[in-house]
Amino acid sequence: MIFVGTVHKYGRDVDTDVIIPARYLNTNDPDELARHAMEDIDAGFVDRVRPGDIMVATENFGCGSSREHAPVAIKSAGISVVVAASFARIFYRNAINTGLPIVVCPEAAAEVESGDRLKVDLKAGVVENLTRGRVYTAEAFPPFMQELIDRGGLLEYVKSRVGGERA
Amino acid sequence: MGSTITEKILARAAGRGEVHAGDIIEAKVDLALANDITAPLAIAEFEKAGFTEVFDPARIALVPDHFTPNKDIKAAGQAKKVREFARKHGIVNYFEVGRVGIEHVLLPDAGMVAPGDVVIGADSHTCTYGAVAAFSTGVGSTDFAAAMAWGHVWLRVPETVRFVYSGTLSPWVTGKDMMLHTIGLIGVDGALYQAMEFAGEAVDGLPMDERFTMCNMAIEAGGKSGIVGFDEKTARYLESRPAGSRARTAGQVFAGDPDADYARVLEIDASAVRPTVSKPHLPSNTAAAADLADVPIDQVVIGSCTNGRLHDLRQAADVLRGKKVHPDVRCIILPGTQDVCLEAIADGTMQTLIEAGCAFSTPTCGACLGGHMGVLAEGERAVATTNRNFVGRMGHTGAEVYLASPYVAAASAVAGHVATPDDVGAVKGGPR
Repeated sequence: MIFVGTVHKYGRDVDTDVIIPARYLNTNDPDELARHAMEDIDAGFVDRVRPGDIMVATENFGCGSSREHAPVAIKSAGISVVVAASFARIFYRNAINTGLPIVVCPEAAAEVESGDRLKVDLKAGVVENLTRGRVYTAEAFPPFMQELIDRGGLLEYVKSRVGGERA
Repeated sequence: MGSTITEKILARAAGRGEVHAGDIIEAKVDLALANDITAPLAIAEFEKAGFTEVFDPARIALVPDHFTPNKDIKAAGQAKKVREFARKHGIVNYFEVGRVGIEHVLLPDAGMVAPGDVVIGADSHTCTYGAVAAFSTGVGSTDFAAAMAWGHVWLRVPETVRFVYSGTLSPWVTGKDMMLHTIGLIGVDGALYQAMEFAGEAVDGLPMDERFTMCNMAIEAGGKSGIVGFDEKTARYLESRPAGSRARTAGQVFAGDPDADYARVLEIDASAVRPTVSKPHLPSNTAAAADLADVPIDQVVIGSCTNGRLHDLRQAADVLRGKKVHPDVRCIILPGTQDVCLEAIADGTMQTLIEAGCAFSTPTCGACLGGHMGVLAEGERAVATTNRNFVGRMGHTGAEVYLASPYVAAASAVAGHVATPDDVGAVKGGPR
């Protein structure tokens, strides 16, 4: 999968409380969550974001609460892929489980700026800054996680494990 | 090569002789839990995937504790989804308002966790149960949905960081202060993906309630889990759980091998830890409470899954006994469970706190996450015994939260600014 989009750049320790504040967690409707994505860190994000845009952040993206509403809100707001120097572990799992593509690429995360055009080739693991003419290699997913992604997510994998009577 | 406690627990749960950091395993789940925020999304995914049956209705806990008693109409709808799912699937451990407590106080106190168990929960503070020498970790709703159907979870076996606390704690210093101090040392991603193992003389000396507090906040350093080795205190705690409960009848005790492979070992002098506060807006932004007397406050919150146990409320009462909450401060108590409330009534703790001018809430996560029962306005500042002080965590993005122990929180409530018990003339172990 290849994504090309405009970057929305954030710093380190972007927590799930600012990605989707708890006051909106009385629903799990993706459209409603999307209307409040990033509200407490970047109030203009929802108006600025265009379908296919790319989110970039530095270390520890998605720290804090386990709310899966966070990757759901980001994806539903139109973000195609999140590139970060590192991800908090629950967010990392949640992103894979909800089908929000994520890429670990510290070099790109350090150098990319808001407004840059980025091209992310998930399969090849390559991040290219079209604005600045720089190319970066992303970390590959461990084989098991790649298998989960290829099978269409965790629940598809579990269906194949649980067998007939429960699936 | 030897194994850590965590590796041994995960090897047992994976049905393998041994496992080591980095291995990907499929572990049998002894308990899977979710709350009224995370369960509705999990239920939707469970049903969308076509699952019709849970793996074991006795090993799933549904704990509507975040926005209950229902804070608004939408939250009521979410709570209703959880209730209906629990009824449909005969979920044994569904807790209705009136019986419900804050999940990470309620479930271990109800005896639902045994040593050596694997617990996953769709709540990041699920790491709390490491205090009874279990492996426990937070996951999202889809992982919980998968565990409900499958009874297993895939895990990458974490590396372990061993924190060894030497010495004894100074007066008014608690497990909470040790943990805030530790997060201050290593940062909010200082133990990313790792198991945090707490050991040493000072941890041996901690009561169970404070060990729960330490494990509870492992996630605030990015940790996958927190764990304390089994000892006599663990045994006594488990023995006092309800008869017939898992804590009394199941479990397996593991200890780390002397030649276990640790990612690193940190030696921390616990006797040098002072009453510690995390300033806005990260738990790692620590300072000594004594140095923050120039910070006026509007609200104090004592309770939550981090510090909502009886021991915590007693500590607050030790400071507030015979004193009054400052006229400019609202002091809100979020007790962990109904049993905590009953015990606090029986021993006079609740009377002490109410006489001092505190408001007692029903057990709920409430204000901790800016849900209800104490949301902050723009420009307001709180001292809280909760676990996070992110931007907007307790309400308006222009509000501030200072994390602290029950002692410091109670002292701050009296002083009207960040304060230590000594600042307000509290006498430890004073008359009850």
